[in-house]
Amino acid sequence: MSDDVSGPPPAPGQGSSPGPAQPGPDSPGTSTGAAVTTGPPADGSTGAPKGQGVNRIIIDAVTQGSPAVVTALAIFAALFVGGLLIAFSDPTVLHAWASFFSDPGAAISAAWDSVAAAYSALFEGAIFNPHTIAAAFHGGSVGAIFYPLSQTASQATPLVLTGLSVALAFRAGLFNIGAASQWIGGAIVATYLGFAVSLPLVIHAIVCLIGGFAGGAVLGWLVGELKARTGAHEVIVTIMLNYVMYNFLSYLLGTPTALQLPHQSNLISPTIASSAQLPHVGGPPPQVGVGFLVALAAAGGMWWLLARSTTGFQFRTVGANPSAARTAGMSVGRTWVLAMLLAGGLAGLSGAVTTQGTFYSLNFQSYGTYGIDGITVALLGRAKPLGVVLAALLFGALDAGSTIMQATTSVPVDITEVIQGLIVLFVAAPPLIRAVFRLRQARATGMEAVAKGWNG
Amino acid sequence: MTALATVTSARSAVTVHRRLIAATVFVVFGLIDILVFGLFAHKGDATFALALPTSPVHVPSIHAPAAPVSYILGAASILIGVARATIDEPAWAKRLSIGAVLLFFVISLLCWADTGAWANDIPVNVVSLLQNTLTASIPLILGALAGCMGERSGVINIAIEGQLLLGAFTAAVVASAVGVLWLGLIGGSLAGGLVGLVLALFAIRWLVDQIILGVVLNVLISGLTGYLYDRLLVPKANTYNNASTFSAIKIPGLGSIPILGPIFFDSTIFLYITYAAIIAVQVGLFRTRWGLRVRAVGEHPTAADTVGIKVNGIRYGNLIMGGMLAGIGGAYLTIGSVGTFSKDMSSGLGYIALAAMIFGRWSPLGATAAALLFGFTEALQSFMGSITVPISPFLLGTLPYVATIIAVAGLVGKVRAPAADGKPYVRA
Repeated sequence: MSDDVSGPPPAPGQGSSPGPAQPGPDSPGTSTGAAVTTGPPADGSTGAPKGQGVNRIIIDAVTQGSPAVVTALAIFAALFVGGLLIAFSDPTVLHAWASFFSDPGAAISAAWDSVAAAYSALFEGAIFNPHTIAAAFHGGSVGAIFYPLSQTASQATPLVLTGLSVALAFRAGLFNIGAASQWIGGAIVATYLGFAVSLPLVIHAIVCLIGGFAGGAVLGWLVGELKARTGAHEVIVTIMLNYVMYNFLSYLLGTPTALQLPHQSNLISPTIASSAQLPHVGGPPPQVGVGFLVALAAAGGMWWLLARSTTGFQFRTVGANPSAARTAGMSVGRTWVLAMLLAGGLAGLSGAVTTQGTFYSLNFQSYGTYGIDGITVALLGRAKPLGVVLAALLFGALDAGSTIMQATTSVPVDITEVIQGLIVLFVAAPPLIRAVFRLRQARATGMEAVAKGWNG
Repeated sequence: MTALATVTSARSAVTVHRRLIAATVFVVFGLIDILVFGLFAHKGDATFALALPTSPVHVPSIHAPAAPVSYILGAASILIGVARATIDEPAWAKRLSIGAVLLFFVISLLCWADTGAWANDIPVNVVSLLQNTLTASIPLILGALAGCMGERSGVINIAIEGQLLLGAFTAAVVASAVGVLWLGLIGGSLAGGLVGLVLALFAIRWLVDQIILGVVLNVLISGLTGYLYDRLLVPKANTYNNASTFSAIKIPGLGSIPILGPIFFDSTIFLYITYAAIIAVQVGLFRTRWGLRVRAVGEHPTAADTVGIKVNGIRYGNLIMGGMLAGIGGAYLTIGSVGTFSKDMSSGLGYIALAAMIFGRWSPLGATAAALLFGFTEALQSFMGSITVPISPFLLGTLPYVATIIAVAGLVGKVRAPAADGKPYVRA
């Protein structure tokens, strides 16, 4: 199967016009068709009723709850619930509400103030801070205006890749909960190559990235191979592998002869060589890391794979209906193996990019929660490359902004986890959103039945 | 005719294949017993103490010569492996052989560990090792039983992790704020049941994919408890996060039996609740009218509906009751053991409980056995840490997970979930 392996990984040749520039089928707004139940991949307007005016289409999309509308409403609903949580855990708000019947206005305005302060701090930390514009007019740094956005991009980078990993597996009908273990596999290989090998400038970084991809791909391959050969369910195998790899990483980082920084008692690896570090590009301080561009290229590569290649067609067919795929002469097992291998590689790339572009050494702080977050990102992005990039940017913005929010308003960063969970919960339950916002009848959104029961 | 022959030979090929895998694994374990633990054992006897140091009753310890014991047990494992490969054994013999090989491996490991210079003649205290096994298994068993209840009725419950975590949080907060431990236990249980209710609503009413739903609920509860911990519990730790813990109750008579008494009958209320829950779920599922209905709903909901069983009613009930069990398991983590809540303190136990349920083939007793295996590994890990054995505790910690992967990949035969597991029932 080596001939298949070398083909589809995020092709460097795609890098010139990656991800978001791609028009068409992967835009969540235009495809009302199914994410998994395949359709003609090239035709972006399949879902729109023919012979009606543009206005009619827009009204239909809103009242019937097209995926984009449901997603927007889900985000709104999640922020609303998150706001309630912020307000009613704030001591000053609770104090004001204690005298609600004597002074309801004060109670409501206290709640409003609390939420507004938190969310505007979130916005300023994630998108832009009006003060930086004012400062720029008075001779301050223009670059500072874009600093929050660069933070958002940096936070989003690993999420894009783990999100793509989970999404790619989804499209082949597999649920990859193991992005965390594959992230570790990739990070271990990339870190080791980063500090133990010395290579010329650009080549070193590329070798580490490829090594990271391979490190994750091996773990993904194992899952696919076990499923194809023995029927072991990928959910249970990936959950177990997460713990195996977590323990293995603890072992490596705690053993000086393995990955631990010598003369250290902390679980941390040596810093990787500067030649292996991913540079930041784009002028003065607020910059975009090369890692983000790698992630976008991977999204572009995955779009091409799924929408334009035979392999991608097999992925989607097997994902939609394995029996039909088998009848049509496709090897379901081989497709599973390849899909998991690529999914593992993407998550491994996430580990490599995090190490090479952000932390420069491997430890449990850099490990983070990218594996589980990848699932929520993939679900929110409806398992499509562009959707995943947008979802990762949203979650990256929440993560970047929440740090500022905690610093200025002392609202704990964990609120973002609540908001992210709620968004995905609402997105996964379109009937609920329709009921809450009184939208009309249900139409398939493609989120249904991406994962099957244990026997499937 | 030829087609039939091909099918039959393919099936027996699979059986032979699986038999060889199992046999190879057994032989490898036997070789490790001999070549690693036997050859590298230091001279002398390993001591296995059979009473706690504080025990008033004197029970003689067992002294085992380390190297010979490892050789014998390793040889026995290899023989079991050879037998597995050559004889078509009945199912009970297959299970027994897995258990025997694992037991021999553990004994050899302990012999090797206890004779090492690092052990300083500290005996292996079997009683305390098994006591720790049982307490470490409490949340796993209750979580796995919650999984069984849900999945036997046809709803996949990945939110066990969230049920444990919310149960732990609620139990700590209620017990601290009210000051009554029993109310903490009830609160934790209700919190788990609430998660079960939310799971049921989204899975049954709004038809959300159940695996996704479970994962998302876990994220949500991790965020919610983490947020409330930072926002409320940390500033007012004395009021909200300062519970006492249940103390051990020694059962009169049974608790005084040497060896077995301190292991099984001298523990907190949580262990006794766990015993009761195991029996109730096992007997309930397989010996009562209710259990028959549950299993019918999980295997063939349409048929069950036809004879007048309320499919979704059973599912709601099972998810809520299962959630309440898992909530008690969560409450154990705080008011049964440390008293205070900390962020993400369930640390993946819910996922391990899920694995135990699958490992135990969706049966309460099987799930309990698997959970005990995981609990034992944890107890073993902490014992090895206490005598500073030169094996990384982290590598030792991977063993139960590797074992689960091997198990689901076919060592224990094809595991089959209830037929309608994960599929929402919509009346046609």
